[in-house]
Amino acid sequence: MAAAVNVVVLGELARHFLLLSLLSIGGANSILPEIQRRAVDVEGWMTSAEFTQMFALSQAAPGPNVLIVSLVGWKAAGYVGAVVAMAAMCAPSSVLTYQIANAWDRFRDAPWRIATQVAVAPVTVGLILASGYVLTRSIDHEWQAYVLTATIAAVGFMSRVHPLWLLGVGAILGAMGLV
Amino acid sequence: MRVGVTAAAPAPTDVGLKDLFTGFLQVGISGFGGVLPFARRMLVEERRWLTADEFNEILALAQFLPGPNIVNVSVIVGRRFQRVAGSVAASVGLMLMPLAILLTLATLYAGVAQYPIVQRATHGVSAAAAGLMIAVALKMGQPLRKSAWKIVIASAAFIAIGVVRLPLVWVLAVLGPLSYAIAWRLR
Repeated sequence: MAAAVNVVVLGELARHFLLLSLLSIGGANSILPEIQRRAVDVEGWMTSAEFTQMFALSQAAPGPNVLIVSLVGWKAAGYVGAVVAMAAMCAPSSVLTYQIANAWDRFRDAPWRIATQVAVAPVTVGLILASGYVLTRSIDHEWQAYVLTATIAAVGFMSRVHPLWLLGVGAILGAMGLV
Repeated sequence: MRVGVTAAAPAPTDVGLKDLFTGFLQVGISGFGGVLPFARRMLVEERRWLTADEFNEILALAQFLPGPNIVNVSVIVGRRFQRVAGSVAASVGLMLMPLAILLTLATLYAGVAQYPIVQRATHGVSAAAAGLMIAVALKMGQPLRKSAWKIVIASAAFIAIGVVRLPLVWVLAVLGPLSYAIAWRLR
């Protein structure tokens, strides 16, 4: 009963991403380890290696970073899964954003609003650094790959080179069998 | 200063649903690894729907809230001109093409994924992309350097999620209020 299974998986996709939508402070980059934890460890929709492939694809394609979510849905339940996962990921935060925008002028300068923004920043930075770390640990197995990741991190941090060039360098070095 | 996010200020009414859809459609396919700069270009420089200040204000709100920042921007801009229908037109326009392109790529990729050269290239791309993620975190972390408590909170989030791999819900439930309490005391 593939269809029945699919409905269950679609429900699980919706449940996970409806929640993650509201937890994704700082955007999709903050929740990559959590997406990986749920998709790989909890639900078994894909292997860790497949998750990193999906991550690579989503980074190499045009569009917002959040699109990794659609590939998780696609792996779990095909094209419908991709749309369900994306919709679930965007709907709660969008509704919240719409509602808050109505009242933004009233609390824009409120002390609690400013304190919230100050409080969120370090948490976001820690989460995104964790994303980089978790991805590195699951992608890099040999020292060459660690050197590549560290070099790209340093170049990306210190220069304004377009990210696509750096991904291209990774693709070429990888294809040549050097990482 | 006119504030961009509420409808209190008289907004241009000539930005229709079709404009919102096509404007954000263009933004969606423009950027690799983040499309915010392209959203700014479209909104402020090309179509002039917003002033630079209005865009900054909208961006501040979008980043303040959970969810993909760029989707939040599309929701706020769409709402400003055409209420709920505008938000839907803008956000669907934003995501439609990137989603179609990515799913096409993924389907094509599945057909060639078994070739060793493709696997090796993918591995190189993901190793590089992990580096880019670290670079983003370092750039965002720059302003935190002068403040010890922010470094402690950022480190705690990093260790809890990255090293110990705790569920995000619990980490946020603890670190969120803690960080807020410190920020409130020091305000």
